[in-house]
Amino acid sequence: MKRFFARNAPAYVFLLPWLIGFFLLALGPILASLYLSFTRYDMVSAPRWIGWGNYEYMFTRDRRFWKALEVTFTYVALAVPARLIMALGVAMLLDKGLRTIGLYRAIFYLPSLLGASIAIAILWRQLFAADGVVNQVLAMVGIQGASWITDPDTSLYTLVVLAMWQFGSPMLIFLAGLRGIPRDLYEAAEIDGTPGWRQFTRITLPLLAPVIFFNLVLQTIDSFKTFSSAFIISNGTGAPADSLLFYTVYLFNEAFKFFRMGYASALAWFLLVIIATFTAIAFFTSKYWVHYENERD
Amino acid sequence: MAGLTLRNVGKRYGALSIIQGLNLDIHDGEFLVLVGPSGCGKSTLLRMIAGLEDITEGTISIGGKVVNDLPASKRELSMVFQSYALYPHMSVRKNLAFGLQNFKVSRSEVERRVADAARILQIEQLMDRKPRQLSGGQKQRVAIGRSIVREPQLFLFDEPLSNLDAELRVQMRAELASLYARLGTTMIYVTHDQVEAMTMASRIVVLRGGKIEQLGTPQELYTRPQNLFVAGFIGSPKINMLQAKATREAGRTVVSVAGMPDFAIAELPTDDQALTLCVRPSSLRIGNGDVTGQGTIRLVEYLGSETLLHITLSSGQVLLASDNGRTPYRMGDPVAIGFDLSDLHYFDGAGKRIEPTQKESQAQ
Repeated sequence: MKRFFARNAPAYVFLLPWLIGFFLLALGPILASLYLSFTRYDMVSAPRWIGWGNYEYMFTRDRRFWKALEVTFTYVALAVPARLIMALGVAMLLDKGLRTIGLYRAIFYLPSLLGASIAIAILWRQLFAADGVVNQVLAMVGIQGASWITDPDTSLYTLVVLAMWQFGSPMLIFLAGLRGIPRDLYEAAEIDGTPGWRQFTRITLPLLAPVIFFNLVLQTIDSFKTFSSAFIISNGTGAPADSLLFYTVYLFNEAFKFFRMGYASALAWFLLVIIATFTAIAFFTSKYWVHYENERD
Repeated sequence: MAGLTLRNVGKRYGALSIIQGLNLDIHDGEFLVLVGPSGCGKSTLLRMIAGLEDITEGTISIGGKVVNDLPASKRELSMVFQSYALYPHMSVRKNLAFGLQNFKVSRSEVERRVADAARILQIEQLMDRKPRQLSGGQKQRVAIGRSIVREPQLFLFDEPLSNLDAELRVQMRAELASLYARLGTTMIYVTHDQVEAMTMASRIVVLRGGKIEQLGTPQELYTRPQNLFVAGFIGSPKINMLQAKATREAGRTVVSVAGMPDFAIAELPTDDQALTLCVRPSSLRIGNGDVTGQGTIRLVEYLGSETLLHITLSSGQVLLASDNGRTPYRMGDPVAIGFDLSDLHYFDGAGKRIEPTQKESQAQ
C-alpha cells in the first residue's frame, strides 16, 4: 500500500485539481439532479417526490419533447456526417498540398475556436437573415433567396451549415491520422496501378478508421449537446414553429424560463441515456470496422 | 523481361543536385546492384526508375521504350520497399492479390498467381494472417511475393534486407539469389551494404554524390578498383591505404612509404609525387613479401577462420592484416609485415587508379 502511493503519488498530485473540481463542483449537482428528476421543484418551495411522474409525462403527454427529439436527431444525423466529411476533405487537402504551411492549419482551426461563441451565432443570424449577406450574394446572380432563419423549412439547415463550418477540431485530428499512414503504402499502391478513389477507400479509410471512430463519437456527443447557436438564432424560443427546438434549448427553457427544475432534470438524464446509448452502439459496432495497428490477438 | 537504359539522367530539388548526367545500360536479365554511402542518390535513382520521382533531365527507357512520362503502374515493374509497405489491415492473401485486381486479371488467374508465389516463398501457411502477426522475415517474403504475382519485366528492391537481423539477412540474401536464378528477370537492387552487393550482383554500380564511381562485376570492383573511393568502399575488412612518395629515375619509379623500405617499379603514368598505395588485408604477408617492414601487433581479433591483426609500423601507420587463424599472436609482439608488388593498387594524387607498365620486384 505504501509502495503503491510512493509510486503513484505524482499522478495523484497532478490529478488533484480535477478530482477536487469533480467532487466539490460536479458530483453534487449530478446526484442532486438525479434526485430532482423524481420530484416537482420550482425553486421556491421544497422539491416534492413524484416518483416516475416526470418521465411518464415526458414520454406519454409532452408533444414538445418529441418535437425536440426530432429536431435534435435530424440535426445530429446531418451535422455529424457533414462536419466529418468537411473535416476529412480539408485534412486531405492540407496533407497533400500544403504540408509545411502551419498558418493554414491555424486559419482553418479558427472557426472551431470561435464557432461556439455567442458572437458567431449572432453573425450567422445576420448572414442568413432575409436581407443578409447570403441573400445579397444570391441576388447578384439573380437568385431570390429564402428567409433562411425565419422559414421553418430551412432554419435547421443553416445550423447544419454552421456546424460544417466548425470542422477545425476533427480536421486537425484527421490530419494527424493521415500523417500517420506510411507514404510507402501509397507508393506501393501507385506502382500496382491503384486508382486514387481505390487508394482512398481501400487504404486511407481503413487505416484512418480508429481516428474516424474517435471523431464520430466526439462529434456525436458534441452535436447532441448543441445549445448556444440554436438558442441565439432562435432567440431562445426554438422558433420558427419549433423548428429549432433543440433538446438542450427545450431543457433550458423548462428549467430557467418555467422553473420546472424537476422536469428539466429528468430531460437532462434522458439526454445522458441517449448519448450513452449512441456511444455504446458506436463502440459495439467498432470491432467490425475499426482496425487497430497494434491490436492484440 | 527487359533491359533498362538511362541517358544523361539528372535529378535536382531546386538548387540541390542529387543525380547528375548519369548513363547506364542494364542488360536484360541482369541482377544490378546500386551501392553507395547514405545520401549518394541510390534510392532516388531507383525511385526515378520506378516512376515515383520525376526526372529533371535525360531519358529512362525500359525494353527500348522511353518511360519518362509513363506513370509507375504502366512501367511493368514492381518494387519491394525497405519498410515492406504491407497493407496492415489486409491478410497476406489480400496483400498479394490487391495489386492484381487493378489490372483486370481474372479471378482464377489471381488465385493461381497468388498460390504460385506462396509456394515459391513458402508462405502458404501464413495466407490468412495479418502483417502484424508475421515476423520480419515473413513480412519480407510477403513483400517479395507481392512483387512476384505481378509478373513484372523488372524487379526493383530498395534496401529490402536492412530491417532484418544479421542471421536472417544472410538467409534472405541466399533466397533472393535463388529466386533470381529461378525467375531470371532483370533486377535492380539498392543497398548500402557492400557484402550484399558483392554476393548477389551480376554487376555493381558504385554511386557517390549522384555520380557513378565505377560499374563492373564484383570481381572487377574488388581486384581493379578504379579509384580510391571504390577501393575503400568494396571489401571487408577495409583495404589498407598507404601514403607514398614517387621519384622518377631512368625508366623506373622508386616508391617510398614511411616505415617500409623503398622499392622500385616500372614507370607509373603520372607526374604526381604523392601517391596512395592500397593493399587488401588478405594480401599482407606476415614475415615475408617482396617488400617487408617491421611493426608491432597492437590488437588481435580472432574470428575462427581468420585472425585480424592491427599492426603499427615504425612510422605510426596502422595496417590491418588477416591471417589464417592458425598461428597464435599476442598483442605487443614485434612482427615483420610485407606485401608482394603484384598485390598493390596504385592511385595518383587525384585518387585515380594508375598501373605501372610492367611491375618489377626489386626492393632496395
